[in-house]
Amino acid sequence: MNLEIILHAGLATGTILLFAAIGEIFSERAGVLNLGVEGMMLMGAMAGFSTSLSTGNVWLGLLAALIAGGILSLAHGLVTIHFQADQVVSGLSLTFLGTGLALVLGEGLTGKNPPLVPSFSIPGLEAIPFIGPVFFTNHSLLVYVGYLFAPLAWYYIFHTRPGLHLRAVGEKPDAADTMGVSVYGLRYLYVFIGGCLAGLAGATISLSVSPGWYSAQTTSGQGWIAVGLVIFAQWNPLRAAFGAYLFGALRRGILDLQGPAILLGMKNPLYVNSNFGFFLQMTPYILTILALVIGSRQAARKRLGAPAALGLPYIRGERGL
Amino acid sequence: MTLPFTVLFEKRMDDVPKWLPAATSVGSVVIAFIISGIILKLIGGDPMRVGRFFFDATFASWAAFSDTLVKATPLIMVGLACTVAFKMKLWNIGAEGQFYIGAFAASLVVLIPMVPLDSPKIVIIGLMIIMGMIGGAAWGFIPGVLKGKFGVNEIITTLMLNYIAILWNNFWIFNKWSDAGFQMTPAFPKSAWLPRLADYAREYKAFSGITLHLGVVIALVATVVVWWVLERSRWGYEIKLTGDNKEAARYAGINIVRNVILVMMFSGALAGLAGMSEISGVVHRLQERISPGYGFTGIIVAWLAKLNPFAVVLVAVLFGALIVAGREIQPSGLAQLLQGIILFMVISSDVLLRYKIRIIRLQPATAVEVETA
Repeated sequence: MNLEIILHAGLATGTILLFAAIGEIFSERAGVLNLGVEGMMLMGAMAGFSTSLSTGNVWLGLLAALIAGGILSLAHGLVTIHFQADQVVSGLSLTFLGTGLALVLGEGLTGKNPPLVPSFSIPGLEAIPFIGPVFFTNHSLLVYVGYLFAPLAWYYIFHTRPGLHLRAVGEKPDAADTMGVSVYGLRYLYVFIGGCLAGLAGATISLSVSPGWYSAQTTSGQGWIAVGLVIFAQWNPLRAAFGAYLFGALRRGILDLQGPAILLGMKNPLYVNSNFGFFLQMTPYILTILALVIGSRQAARKRLGAPAALGLPYIRGERGL
Repeated sequence: MTLPFTVLFEKRMDDVPKWLPAATSVGSVVIAFIISGIILKLIGGDPMRVGRFFFDATFASWAAFSDTLVKATPLIMVGLACTVAFKMKLWNIGAEGQFYIGAFAASLVVLIPMVPLDSPKIVIIGLMIIMGMIGGAAWGFIPGVLKGKFGVNEIITTLMLNYIAILWNNFWIFNKWSDAGFQMTPAFPKSAWLPRLADYAREYKAFSGITLHLGVVIALVATVVVWWVLERSRWGYEIKLTGDNKEAARYAGINIVRNVILVMMFSGALAGLAGMSEISGVVHRLQERISPGYGFTGIIVAWLAKLNPFAVVLVAVLFGALIVAGREIQPSGLAQLLQGIILFMVISSDVLLRYKIRIIRLQPATAVEVETA
């Protein structure tokens, strides 16, 4: 159990949640709750894996993952933005649709070896003690992209003009409409971006972190954990990144607990009976619940909450609803 | 370029005709089947052959129809579980986990054992029913309290509890009660089996091979109970009022926190009952993957039935057929894909209940006017 190794692997695992959670933040900041993350991720994992396999080009694979997640999210956009359907139910159907479609199209992909996203070290930075080996040595390109992505997303949402419009659409769509901001257009755009990022998160699994296609086990609920993280992060990309890496490290640490025979000077119960590992496997899900309890209580105390119009369809001409 | 007609959405001022909700549900299913057929065709399958296979495997004979009803039985109960919660706009996505914990709790009756296993059948089965409901209710209690007392989003908590429930079951199956190292407990004694029609094949030849079990009766009783609770009881009124308008419910003095917890428990108990019925009526042991996603399908069943308990029964039969056929149909995700498309069609068609859609032919002259306007 080497802390450097756990944190190193945790960053890679956390990158999956990071992309998915920030994608969901974009969508929810625009007022559209999309519970289809799990389905879009699975679709992205399948499309990325299968495209990389068939073309032999991993970049085309990543592009396919982005597009697959994005296109799938548009179904949710159409149904919730134009047809004003319930966002919860539509998101659930998107999960079914995405999962089903990924399983149908992903038939026969198991056990194949496509080109994967390359890993490399950052020269110079890798020499820093501790920080270097953990953050800058032999990581997938996607992990490095993730480092930059969270601060950029944060800056975009809170400190740019388009970011202001994005928040306005999610907080006060009627006011945004009056100011000439296209509520429908922006909602479609950010739902699409959220879908693209969920697809990328899926490809991060299948083409980088745990390469391969294992049908529904590929994501094993990480899409839902990402949705939970968004609430914990109170719709802030930086908090989401922190949560994602924390979760990634914990997930990895838990895996590594099953290795050593002696733990804290005692015989490791997991070494004696590997079935105790089932309890360890529960921890990410239990932690998600705990994170939600903490996040919800903080939100209640500080009155920091969801975007005001989250989950509500916007209907033109019915202002002040 | 302008189209020769324009489509107008007009907000409905009058009441929705009674037949329309049912018609949109039926229409959604038909369209979903057509879309799935097209997808199947595109990936190189033969939709007609799959369709014929679907019918043969599910409705064509008594034995096939019995299989369909056996799969519909747990779906009725989880569909009711979702119906109860959704009426209050509580998004219980955890019927799957409540199903597993219900099955686990019901198995305890046999595995501990809680009563001597040579007790009369009615004692064992009765206790299993009670334990199954308690188990499911306990699993619904957790998100209920978190939602009611702390305002924690119940969608995520119920979902996380699904994964936890399955792992919890697996621990016991693999660790304590494994049957010779297999991922299942030893088979239950016959005294813990729900009676099946096939058991009476000696007296009635026609029943041989018919696997329909008493669980279907339990499901139908549950349907009537849920209907009565929702439509005739004071509590049902409180549930619906809270679902329609939380503020109004608060002003009416309804204890929302208590109702959130109770409704989640009631919902969980119904899903737990489904778990009990499945292991006692079909599997006859606790094992891995006792549910092919019943809990999730229950969500679609409830929604397609427009939260009407009796409609839940009808829709559950259709989805039971989907599960029966889905076991054999390749590729394996097809049944799930179809479910997703059906759900999408249903929620999209709801727009027809809120808006009238007018298609107006435009004269060439007016078309120009519209363009310039």
